[in-house]
Amino acid sequence: MDLTRLTAAELSAALAAGEVSATEVTRAHLDRIAAVDGRVRAFLHVAADSALAQAADIDERRRAGEVLAPLAGVPVAVKDLFTTIGMPTTCGSRILEGWHPPYDATITRRLKRAGAVILGKTNMDEFAMGSSTENSAYGPSRNPWDLDRVPGGSSGGSSAAIAAYEAPLAIGTDTGGSIRQPAAVCGIVGVKPTYGGSSRYGVVAFASSLDTPGPLARTVLDAALLHEAISGHDPCDSTSIDAPVPPVVAAAREADVSGMRIGVVTELSGDGYQPGVLSRFAEAVELLESLGAKVTEVSCPHFRYALPAYYLIAPSECSSNLARFDAMRYGLRVGDDGTRDAEEVMALTREQGFGAEVKRRVILGTYALSSGYYDAYYGKAQQVRTLIIRDFDAAFGQVDVLVSPSTPTTAFPVGERVDDPLAMYVADLCTIPSDLAGNAAISVPCGLAPEDGLPVGLQVMAPVLADDRMYRVAAATEAAFTDRWGHPLLAQAKGLPS
Amino acid sequence: MSITRDEVAHLARLARIALSDAELDHLAPQLDQIITAVAQVQEVAAEGIPPTSHATGLTNVFRDDVPVPCLTPDAALDQAPAVEQQRFKVPRILGEE
Repeated sequence: MDLTRLTAAELSAALAAGEVSATEVTRAHLDRIAAVDGRVRAFLHVAADSALAQAADIDERRRAGEVLAPLAGVPVAVKDLFTTIGMPTTCGSRILEGWHPPYDATITRRLKRAGAVILGKTNMDEFAMGSSTENSAYGPSRNPWDLDRVPGGSSGGSSAAIAAYEAPLAIGTDTGGSIRQPAAVCGIVGVKPTYGGSSRYGVVAFASSLDTPGPLARTVLDAALLHEAISGHDPCDSTSIDAPVPPVVAAAREADVSGMRIGVVTELSGDGYQPGVLSRFAEAVELLESLGAKVTEVSCPHFRYALPAYYLIAPSECSSNLARFDAMRYGLRVGDDGTRDAEEVMALTREQGFGAEVKRRVILGTYALSSGYYDAYYGKAQQVRTLIIRDFDAAFGQVDVLVSPSTPTTAFPVGERVDDPLAMYVADLCTIPSDLAGNAAISVPCGLAPEDGLPVGLQVMAPVLADDRMYRVAAATEAAFTDRWGHPLLAQAKGLPS
Repeated sequence: MSITRDEVAHLARLARIALSDAELDHLAPQLDQIITAVAQVQEVAAEGIPPTSHATGLTNVFRDDVPVPCLTPDAALDQAPAVEQQRFKVPRILGEE
C-alpha cells in the first residue's frame, strides 16, 4: 500500500485502527518529497526531523491509549507565511530570508494541537501577491499535471504538494483567490472559509480585510476535516468571528443537493473565458440539476468591477502592512556601513529585498491612498465593495449557493504572464468577489478542458457563515463525477511518475 | 498617461524603496497601465453608497486585560540585524546639525 495515495480521511482511519503508524505515514511522505520535489519545487523548507519527532510523539501517545483528534498523525504542508517556531518563514521574499519567527501562528498551534504532522513550508508568490508562484524570490513551483505550467498562486506550493502526493493536506491563504485558483488549476479542492472564520494571528499580513487562511486537499471531506481543525474564534485576532464553526464535515459526508437552489452567476462567464472551461462548467451545472438541485441564472451586475476594486483595496492595504519591513528589528538589512542613515538603509533594503510585483503594489497602494487621489481610487473602490456585497445579499435572497468557473482559464505556461501584470491579475477574476464580500467559497474539480487536457474547477459560493452549504454541493459534485469518471480526476495527471 | 515617471519616483521615495533608473523605466509604464485599468471603478454610479473597509461589520472588539507571559529579551532580539547592550542597534536616525 502506497501511503501517499490515501486521503487524509483514510489515513486517519488507518492510524486510529493501528494499521499504520504516524511514523510510517510521515516517512512515506518525506520519501515522496525527496523523490519528486526537485522537479515540483513545492517546498521551501522540509522539516524532516521535527515531522518525525512529532510523528513519534503521536505514536507514543496512541500506544499509551490516549484518544487523539482525527488528524493526529496525518501530514500537512503549511504555506510559508504562517509563523512557525523552529522553521524559517520567508513569505517567498528575500527580505525575510532565513527569518525564524519567535512564535507560532494560531493555525500552526491548532495543527500541532490536532496532532497533524507539519512536513514543512510551501512556496508562494512573494507576500501572497500573484497567481503562479513566479513571484517567489526562490523560483516557481511546477504544476504536477504539466511541469512546464504554473501551479497557480499564491498558494501554489501548497496546491502542487497535494497534486504531487507530497502531502494529503495543506494550508494556504486566500486574499483574491490564492487558495481556490491554485486548487482549480492543479485539479484539487481548495477552500476560502468565511472571512474571520479562520484566524489571521501569525499570518504575515498582505491585505488584512481580505486575508483568509483555509485548507487545500485532494477530496472535499479532507478539506472539511482540516477546515474544522483550524477554525473557530481566536481572541488574538480581533477580526475573528465569535460564532460556532459551520458543520462542514457533516455537510461533506451528506453530499446531498436535492432541493437546493443553485444560482449561476451571469457575469462570471463569456468573453475571456477558455471554451473548455465553460463547457466543463456547463456540464457540472447539468450534473447538479440531475442530482435534484434547482438551477437558475442570477445576475450580480457589480461583479465586473470587482477586479479593479480589488486592485485598489489590496495594494492600499499592502502598502501599509509592508511598511513593517524596515530593516530595523528583523529580516534583511542592506547598506548599514556607518555612512548611511536609517531611512537610506530602509530604502536600500526594500529595494533589494522586495521583488517587482511587491514594489508595483506598494507603489500603487501609496498612490491610491495619497491625498488628492484617495476619493477617486481607494474611496471609490470601497463603495464598489459595498455594491458587491449588496449583489451577493440579493442573490442569496433567491438561491442557496452561487456557482461559476473557479478560473477563466486552465494553468498557463511558466513565463507566459510573468511580466504582464494585468494578464496575471485576470486569473483571479472569478474568485475576487467572495474575498471582497467576505463570504465562503470552494473550488472542486469538474473535469479536464478538452483543448489542453488540464483541470477545471467549479466554484461554489455560500453566504457568510454558511460554509457547510458549499461543502454539501462540492461533495455531491465530487461523488457524482468520480462515479462517472470511474476514478478521481487526479488519477489522470501525467506530469510525474506514480 | 495616468501617471508619470516622476510621480512614480516620488511615490517610491514615499514608500522608502530606492528604485534604480532601469527599474523606474520598467515599472512606470506598467503602473500607468494598471492605474488606467483600475480607474474603471470611477464608472460606477455610487452616489450615496457607504464605503466598506471591512466585510464583517465588527467594530470595537474588547477583551479582558490579562497579563500573559511575553517574549524574553533574548527571544525578541534573536533575529535582529544588529544588537548592542540588549537593544536593537539601528543606523543613525538624526542628521548632523
